[in-house]
Amino acid sequence: MPAILSARELRKHYPGVKAVDGVSLDVQEGQCLGLLGPNGAGKSTTVEMLEGLVRPTSGEILFRGQPIGSEYRERIGIQFQYTALQDFLTVRENLKFFASLYKKTLPLQQLIEACSLEEYLDRDHRKLSGGQRQRMLLAIALVNDPDIVFLDEPTTGLDPQARRNFWELVQGIKARGKTVVLTTHYMEEAYLLCDDIAIMDHGHVIARGSPQQLLADNFNDSVLELPAAEIDGREPEGLALVRRADRVEIMSADVNGTVQTLLSAGLSLAQLKIRPRTLEDLFLQLTGTELRA
Amino acid sequence: MKRLWAMVQARLLEVVRDRSALAWNLLFAPLLVVGMAVVFSGNTPPVFKVGVLGDAPLTARTHAFFGTEATQFHREANQQEAVIKLQRQRIDLLLDASSQPLRYWINTDSEKSRLLQSILKNSDAGAQVQPVSGASTRYADWLVPGLLGLNIMFSSLFAIGHVIVRYRKSGYLKRLNGTPLRAVEFISAQLIACLLLIVGIAAGMYVATDLFLHLRMEGSYLNLLLVAALGSMSMIAMSLLVSARISSEELSGGLLNLLSWPMVVLSGVFFSLDGAPAIVQAAAQAFPLTHMLEAARAVMLDGASLADIAQPLLALVAMTAVFLAIGAGFFRWSQD
Repeated sequence: MPAILSARELRKHYPGVKAVDGVSLDVQEGQCLGLLGPNGAGKSTTVEMLEGLVRPTSGEILFRGQPIGSEYRERIGIQFQYTALQDFLTVRENLKFFASLYKKTLPLQQLIEACSLEEYLDRDHRKLSGGQRQRMLLAIALVNDPDIVFLDEPTTGLDPQARRNFWELVQGIKARGKTVVLTTHYMEEAYLLCDDIAIMDHGHVIARGSPQQLLADNFNDSVLELPAAEIDGREPEGLALVRRADRVEIMSADVNGTVQTLLSAGLSLAQLKIRPRTLEDLFLQLTGTELRA
Repeated sequence: MKRLWAMVQARLLEVVRDRSALAWNLLFAPLLVVGMAVVFSGNTPPVFKVGVLGDAPLTARTHAFFGTEATQFHREANQQEAVIKLQRQRIDLLLDASSQPLRYWINTDSEKSRLLQSILKNSDAGAQVQPVSGASTRYADWLVPGLLGLNIMFSSLFAIGHVIVRYRKSGYLKRLNGTPLRAVEFISAQLIACLLLIVGIAAGMYVATDLFLHLRMEGSYLNLLLVAALGSMSMIAMSLLVSARISSEELSGGLLNLLSWPMVVLSGVFFSLDGAPAIVQAAAQAFPLTHMLEAARAVMLDGASLADIAQPLLALVAMTAVFLAIGAGFFRWSQD
């Protein structure tokens, strides 16, 4: 299937900084591509180039096989992490204003229902809670019924409930066949929403694939976690231990054998946790950097 | 106290590290000093203004009257225009230095004119007077267009410039850049919105002032409205040009001050520029406010038609076009 959006050897160089240095990506129609990376990895610059807001130093971007032009903005929707709007406008006025900028738009009522905006339509947008505001901004991003929706860290700063509500909205967008490009610091979010993930560091894509495929390709073990106080001074030999603040992680492809070793060493396993590898583990392994919100 | 000091320190660091704003602050003070020194470099402002026709030297040796204290003598090239100035009390007396016996004109409605006449008669009893008729211009009739113009200038410069810089700083312009909206559309929309507001408010202020002062209006209200609109448009365009790229509200405030204060002083808001040094009069031509006030006063006080004020109107249109073209070309949506 031809890609709806393709980037070829994208580079963005500022004086003394290679923010993006040769990124190539294909985004399939109807899929959600997640861009992950530590701060300064180049993902925001990459997304801004894909959005057409930043001109690449070199490389090209194709939308449905054609170089992006002025019509491209009619076909995309954008939600920045921090989107400022004009002061003193209500939610309804903002929706109408942005709708007036596009040739083709969705019926406002449909947007209002899809993003659950009914209760505060006539409220000044500055008086919305974090979750309400993000839902309004998502509605604005969808106002032109775009083919591709760019979501730049849309749930940063939201409480867990608001975040889960937002995920449901994004899943609804995907269910309508829209393509989503998402940047996020939340691995759970990436795992839940993304069909395809690109991990970036130092301006390059360093890993690419579906979440399941990336984990399968990179790990064949599980993680056993114990409180650090339990194991300190009695570390069994032959185990791969990693200290994480107040806990110790043991990577093991043979969970039964490792549990036996721990028991033999006389450790209490009352607080033992066993979990599969996650995207966060992969990220740490690939970049050596903690993901930071 | 510790928190207060920490806050003071943080703010000072911010000021010092905002190099563009700091440079402006360091530059503004000397510029203001130089500006004031140029404007007020002369002695105490004269009490009387006398226009002189002819080439005779303006010294007491030529004529004892030229030695009159507290009186500024300046050349007038055109007798007809000078007589109109006398009628409007922009000058207090006009004389033809090359005539024999000395010919002079006074405005019989002006106390200053009559006083100067008695001084002149003391030094030259044979001088021939030519009284001119015509209602005198109240200072209020002359000043109100200046004050309304001043209001239009400040509104035009600051209302739009600061807003755009704030939009850019907050990221709102970046969001708009993600839509099909083009820079020229955004700029035009801002110009139109501002123009409607500013001219509407100025018209309301004119009507309210007229209720109390019964302003003199010799010309057409439509022409005056056109003058206000073109004047406001040129200054909005000037503000758009200033705010085309910058993201610092401090810097934009500084630059707008840099533009507005010379206009306040040099565009003839409070006092006529007649008799001002030629260099000041030439500099004043660079400011849209000068052209707007010239045209507005010509309509209100002299009943000027559109043809009569074509020159200042064309200057305003040309300035608008140049400022807008450069502003749109330089326009930047985001900070980086």
